Order: sequence, then C-alpha cells, then structure tokens
Amino acid sequence: MSTIQSIIDAKGFARTVNRLAHEIVECNKGAETLGIVGIRTRGEFLARRIAQAILQTEGVTVPFGTLDITLYRDDLRGRLSQPQLKTTNILYDITGKNIILVDDVLFTGRTIRSALNALMDLGRPASIQLAVFIDRGHRELPIKADFVGKNIPTSNDQEIKVLMTETDGEEGVQLVSHTQEGGIQ
Amino acid sequence: MKLSSRHLLGLDGVPQKDIQLILDTAVSFKEILNRPIKKVPPLQGKTIVNLFFENSTRTRISFELAQRRLSADVVNFAASGSSVSKGETLKDTARNIEAMKIDMVVIRHASAGAAHFLTKVVQANVINAGDGAHEHPTQGLLDMYTLREKFGSLAGLRVCIVGDILNSRVARSNIYGLKTMGADVSVCGPATLIPRDIECLGVKVYHHLDDVLPQVDAVNVLRIQLERASAGLFPSLREYHRFFGVTSERLNKVNRPITVLHPGPINRDVELSADVADGPHSLILEQVLNGVAVRMAVLYLLGLNETP
Repeated sequence: MSTIQSIIDAKGFARTVNRLAHEIVECNKGAETLGIVGIRTRGEFLARRIAQAILQTEGVTVPFGTLDITLYRDDLRGRLSQPQLKTTNILYDITGKNIILVDDVLFTGRTIRSALNALMDLGRPASIQLAVFIDRGHRELPIKADFVGKNIPTSNDQEIKVLMTETDGEEGVQLVSHTQEGGIQ
Repeated sequence: MKLSSRHLLGLDGVPQKDIQLILDTAVSFKEILNRPIKKVPPLQGKTIVNLFFENSTRTRISFELAQRRLSADVVNFAASGSSVSKGETLKDTARNIEAMKIDMVVIRHASAGAAHFLTKVVQANVINAGDGAHEHPTQGLLDMYTLREKFGSLAGLRVCIVGDILNSRVARSNIYGLKTMGADVSVCGPATLIPRDIECLGVKVYHHLDDVLPQVDAVNVLRIQLERASAGLFPSLREYHRFFGVTSERLNKVNRPITVLHPGPINRDVELSADVADGPHSLILEQVLNGVAVRMAVLYLLGLNETP
C-alpha cells in the first residue's frame, strides 16, 4: 500500500520558483555575475525556470547549462544496471562566475558531492551556491543548501516526487508513503 | 542499461541494442574531449594492459588516451623486447600479466581468434584491437559513429567498402556492424582480393568503382598493403590506382557529394588520391577523434560490467 499526499500544487510551485529566484538575486546583489547549472534531469528544468524568473524580475539573462554527474557517481561499481550516460552541456566558461547549482531534491548529499567534483573539472568558479526545491533530510555527507524551496521532514521509506510539466505532464510535489501490508506500523 | 557481454571480440553477433548503447554513450564522451580538462573519473582504480603483438600507432595511442581520460591505470606491452621473443606462449604471457591483478586487457595479434582465446584463460574483460584478418570491432564502431554523426542514422545508409576485403579485419567488422544497424553494404575490389561467397554476409559485390559510386552515400576506402602486389594479387600499385583508386575525377562523375572514410594509414595516390583525402567530403581526421570517444564508451561500458 502506498498513500500519496500532495505537498505543493501547481500554483504553489510557481510561487516557490519565483521566491527562489528573488532570494538568489538578493543574496548575490544582482544577477550579473551569476551562472546557473541544473543537474539532469529535473534540476535542468528547475534551473531553466529560475533563469526565466530572474530574467523577468531583473532583466538579466543568466548563462544556463546542464550537468550530467553519472561519471562522478560513487556507486558506479557493483550495480546490476548501468545508469544511462547523458551529456553535460555548459557552453560558457564557469571560471570566475558565481554558480547556482540546482537540483530537485536534496537527500543524502551524494549527488551534490558528485556535481561539485564535476563542476571543478570544468573550471574554477568564484563560488558555488546550492539551490534545491525540496530538502528532505537524511544527509550522509556534510552538505547544506543555500536556497531551499521547502523543507519536508521525511522517513527513510517515504519518497518525494517533484513533478514537472516537461517530464511528468503536471506540476507539484507529492509525498509518497509506502506502508507494508501486515507489517508493524 | 548494460552490454550483453563482458568482452568485445567482434561485431559479429553483437545485438543492435548493444551497438546503439555504445554509439549513444560515445556522444557524451565526445563532449568531454572538447573540454579544457579532458579527464573524468569512472575507471579510477582499474588497471588496463594493452597487449600489442603487432605494430600499431593510431589504435594504440587512441586506446591509451581513452583509458587515461577515464582515469584508469595503463600498462603497455609490445611484443618486441618482451618474453615473447624468448618463446613464451600467449597463454603464459596473459596469465602472468593477470597474476599482477589486471582488470581489462586490450589485445592486438596477428592470429585470428587470439582475443577469443584470452577470454578462456583470464578473468579480465577482453577487448579485441584487431586479430589477424578476423575483426577490429572498435574500428568498425568508430566508422559507424562517424557515419551516424554525418547522416543522422545508419538505417538504409548505402556504404561501399573499397579495396582488399580478403585480408581486412576492418571490412569484416564494418560489414557485421553496419548490417546489424540496417545499412545497405557493398564491397568493391579486384576479384583476387574479394573472398569467395562474401555475398552470404548480405553484401553486394562490385568489380568496377564506376558501377558502384552512383549507388552509394559513403565509401570506406581500405589501405592496400604494399606487399600484396609482390604476392601477385594485382599487377602493380599503379594499375591498382587506375582501376580502384578513389579519385576526384571518379567522384565528380556522380552529381552529389560522396563521403569518404579511411581507417589509416593512407597510401596517398594509391587507394585514395591526395586531393580527396584532404578534400571537403573526407571525414578521415574526424574518424580519429571519434575513435577516442568510441573507445572510451567501450571501456566504460565493459569496465563497469563486472558480473560475469
């Protein structure tokens, strides 16, 4: 049995994206020095939204790129199936820029560790700041987000689903709880 | 997502989805080759030995670059100056090297089946970098990658392989791979250099270049080994050039551009005229760059495919 609870609906989703964009601009005193990088797959679409929101409020086009972290994962070995390798596509020089790294859910922190290493191999940014849509806790590495859409405390057997039009056809955030039938609650 | 085999011995019998996976993965690696820092970590801690029992420049450098760009540790071996010249067998050489904890072996050997034999005696992943006149799968894959990049798809693409089909492992790997991907493959060369019954691989046979050129989108021109003339398989290099040399006059008779590939090294003005080799429709240097990306893809996919 699993129960699905809606945490953020489509309207709330857009508001949260806008707030994240405002916070990023405020914290960096403008958007001129920024570069934005989304982690594939959903981080890419979120990053695109945030870049659009910054363009609307500040009138600045922030250079945008996507990062595939597959080659930097710490669990490549000993898997039964290999993850599909996708392409990193960052067409601007990240050196000297304040890079906003965007992902949908912050969980163990391992993805972000991989992304930091991958970014460092592409250049030397002035700084890297982390923006995530949902922080669900359970960190396994000392990593903290600079900008958080929403903190949702979860248990390990729950699942957070960030739905986006590009990948899922709808927008919102769901909390999925798996309860084992007949198991001890 | 993984390959159905732990080894790459040839393209004969390799399923379409495996070839597709290798070519798709190579696209991502080609992007890495265009970065200022051309190195990624997935094969960190893996040790790869390159066993080259035959001379090679480009294939060996290409494999070594691919291995280093994936952060693997690389050991090179050349037959001359090794225990092979003291009479050690391939089996003993391989087992001794494996006793030093090697994860992958890349082998080039003059005997067909050498790579296959290695898989029976060592636990490591084995990649065939050319065995006799049998197969050279990574060359076949990089030729296919280059054609796919240029034309978008291999299905229905018309490719002619020109030259010494009889002694060419590149020809065989190309035929198997291209046929699997749905291309329309033909071969062209003097009758002495076309194996009997090659039609059973599903290719059309031509003996005149002017007959086949109007029918194809691309030609893959093979190197003519200079010693074949002295073996009496054709009268002279000049005559070979007159009848089978790919020249701009021949290509210009066809009213559309024909893409030209060559696995190298080129005998200029023998199988390929210099102006075509350096011309706008030649993808020869592109093949060399793609070779590194394709080999990275093969090493990555096999190197992390640990379960036997």
